[in-house]
Amino acid sequence: MIVMKNICKTYRVAKRNAGFGAAVKSFFHREYETVTALDNVSFSIQDGETVGYIGPNGAGKSTTIKILSGILTPDSGECLVDGRTPWKNRIEHVAKIGVVFGQRSQLWWDVPVIDSFELLKDIYSIPADVYKSNVEELTGLLDLGEILKTPARQLSLGQRMRCELAASLLHSPDILFLDEPTIGLDAVSKIAVREFIVKLNQERKTTVILTTHDMQDIEAITKRIILIGKGKILLDGDISDISGSGDIDHTVAELYRSYEI
Amino acid sequence: MEHSIMEKQRKSSAVRLYFHYISIQIRCMMQYKKSFIMTTLGQFLASFNAFVGIYFMFRRFHSIAGYTYGDVLLCFSLISMEFSLSECAARGFDRFSSLVRQGTFDRILTRPRNEILQVLGNNFELTRLGRMVQAIIILFYGISQADIDWSFMKVITVVITILCGAAVFSGIFLINAALCFFTLEGLEVVNIFTDGARQYGEYPIDVYGKRMVKFCTFIIPYALVQLYPVKYLTGRSDSLLYALIPLAALLFLLPCYALWRYGVRKYKSSGS
Amino acid sequence: MEKLKKYVSFLRLRFAMGLQYRTAAFAGIATQFAWGFMEIMVFHAFNSSAPDAFPMGFGQLASYIWMQQAFLALFMTWFMENEIFDSIMDGNICYELCRPIDIYDLWFARSVATRTSRALLRCVPILLVAFFLPEPYGMMLPLDITTFVCFLAAMLLAMTVTIATCMLVYMLSFFTVSPQGLKLVFAMTAEILQGTVIPLPFFPPRVQRIMELLPFASMENVPLRIYSGHISGGEAAKAMLLQVFWIVVLITVGKLICRRAMKKVTLQGG
Repeated sequence: MIVMKNICKTYRVAKRNAGFGAAVKSFFHREYETVTALDNVSFSIQDGETVGYIGPNGAGKSTTIKILSGILTPDSGECLVDGRTPWKNRIEHVAKIGVVFGQRSQLWWDVPVIDSFELLKDIYSIPADVYKSNVEELTGLLDLGEILKTPARQLSLGQRMRCELAASLLHSPDILFLDEPTIGLDAVSKIAVREFIVKLNQERKTTVILTTHDMQDIEAITKRIILIGKGKILLDGDISDISGSGDIDHTVAELYRSYEI
Repeated sequence: MEHSIMEKQRKSSAVRLYFHYISIQIRCMMQYKKSFIMTTLGQFLASFNAFVGIYFMFRRFHSIAGYTYGDVLLCFSLISMEFSLSECAARGFDRFSSLVRQGTFDRILTRPRNEILQVLGNNFELTRLGRMVQAIIILFYGISQADIDWSFMKVITVVITILCGAAVFSGIFLINAALCFFTLEGLEVVNIFTDGARQYGEYPIDVYGKRMVKFCTFIIPYALVQLYPVKYLTGRSDSLLYALIPLAALLFLLPCYALWRYGVRKYKSSGS
Repeated sequence: MEKLKKYVSFLRLRFAMGLQYRTAAFAGIATQFAWGFMEIMVFHAFNSSAPDAFPMGFGQLASYIWMQQAFLALFMTWFMENEIFDSIMDGNICYELCRPIDIYDLWFARSVATRTSRALLRCVPILLVAFFLPEPYGMMLPLDITTFVCFLAAMLLAMTVTIATCMLVYMLSFFTVSPQGLKLVFAMTAEILQGTVIPLPFFPPRVQRIMELLPFASMENVPLRIYSGHISGGEAAKAMLLQVFWIVVLITVGKLICRRAMKKVTLQGG
């Protein structure tokens, strides 16, 4: 169970203006401004739930994921993930979660994918029998087979994402965070990734939190969506209540417009 | 109870994990054999240049501040061995800024392992082993050129000097990485204390004046792993203090580690 | 004229970029200052142990070293553009080929811009401090106006030789799997032969005479020794003529290899 309560987070960034004069000026005097990334964010997620976390760029999605996965400490507020405060007991916490960043890779570029898996086995201290059965199961579900013997740099984006997913699940995490997992994928790979996530949630009861810009992802995977804009939770509810009938892309565009984000 | 067992398991396999990292890096490197050979050759030339510089300077001047060619070669070889050892272990910190920029450090934080171990493992480079081989050759040559009246204690001094010297260099590498949490620019200055120390550490530190000796004794303890033990080894001093003083250099690691911890905390609160 | 305009726009861009990293600029200055200081201390110690063996005046050496630190960015061969190597390795070079300009000229202008902007940002504070250092550690003022003009000309030529040599490395990168390795080997060779480890006069005379004929000696060696007054008159003129000779040779060879490289890229697609 995940509980976020009144979480706030601000950043301080250097102002930068265009032009040669501005560059010279900022060399001697630099101005900063405060940006509010999260403003009193609260929600809770039950075990085994799948949640779509949506909002425009810069709304605070990544910040939330980073706080939940123990990378960031918020300015104020409470957060409990299965009874743990992520940023306090980092090692204990992250042993039980999996994270996929869609735009980054955790695989070693120049060696076969399976070698990266072996390293992860040591990193997470996964017992040999658990590791073996997980690799077998994930290979089957994600159709990895031959891919595992190929160096990551030779894989297509879709193949690589399937491997990334497997890599994040080797240690049987209870919660899986997916940050734009289908970005840049072709249609076939997208469908494969979606189907896998659904199956994972059904069979292992893994809690899945997904951020994406692709509304088909949301439709295929989650029942519940949380909409965030300018650091605030704007909407938290069942997807069918919101869309009713009609195209989800339009519904979401309509939502963005009505909240002026 | 269960927790402490897990903790033990993790600690016992930390070394294994590190070697796993190295083995995977070696496999990556093997994909680029020619590149490896070229880089090793380049690094060999770098050491060779330093040696050529010393050689020709001594052909012309014969001594510097009362030190002979052999004395200087001893310093040169000790420093390059210290540097190379620490490079093998800790130079991974050098590329830390790119780890932060590419978000790899975020990934590291999502894993149930000590951050330092992962950073080092992520950045091991095989070419450093090539440098290590060179450093060993230089060490034997330097020791053979130096006029040392060997005793058991002197062997001990050589060993602890090298190990503690490697620790001092590693401390600087750690500071370098920790500074990335505060700024991603301006880290060039740390080069003075890594590459600079290696380059200028080829001459005994008192060549650079009394103030430099003080600085390198009390602030960044390079003198403790070069000047004082060399005085003992070459018979300029019989003091047991000079023989064992390298051990005091280990204290330097404490503030370095504290800065790193502080940096990680700051990173987690600012995310940049 | 057209080329000059391109160069100026590069320079402006680079300069503005350099200004953004102000901590980096300060840090660079501090680093070079420390480097220069250590270097001078070593030579000072050697000088005190055998003053007669010192091949130049100590003040001349101090000037040599401060000038070297102040204009490091102009002469260091390891100071090459990683973006160029990257674009060669990952095939992004194709985009550059779409632009209506010769690739050799483009990269040459770019290198000039990067080096000069960096040197301009850094040289002033270093030189200022170096002038006010006490004798004999500080920098001398130029001997006379002719020497100074000669120095400026030689510096321009030296930078051109340095960049033309670096261009060879870029061009050869098209034919190797390891540009970084190539760069390292080349930079280390240049380091000793151009007088960065120890200035050329500190080598034994016979070694020095051979080294002076190589293109590497036409880099920082010439302007730094002209400034400090270690070489002058006919000797200086000869050295500068040799610089011109090497510029012609290096650029011709570089352009030839460039043509071969472009043929390779267009045939094999990178």
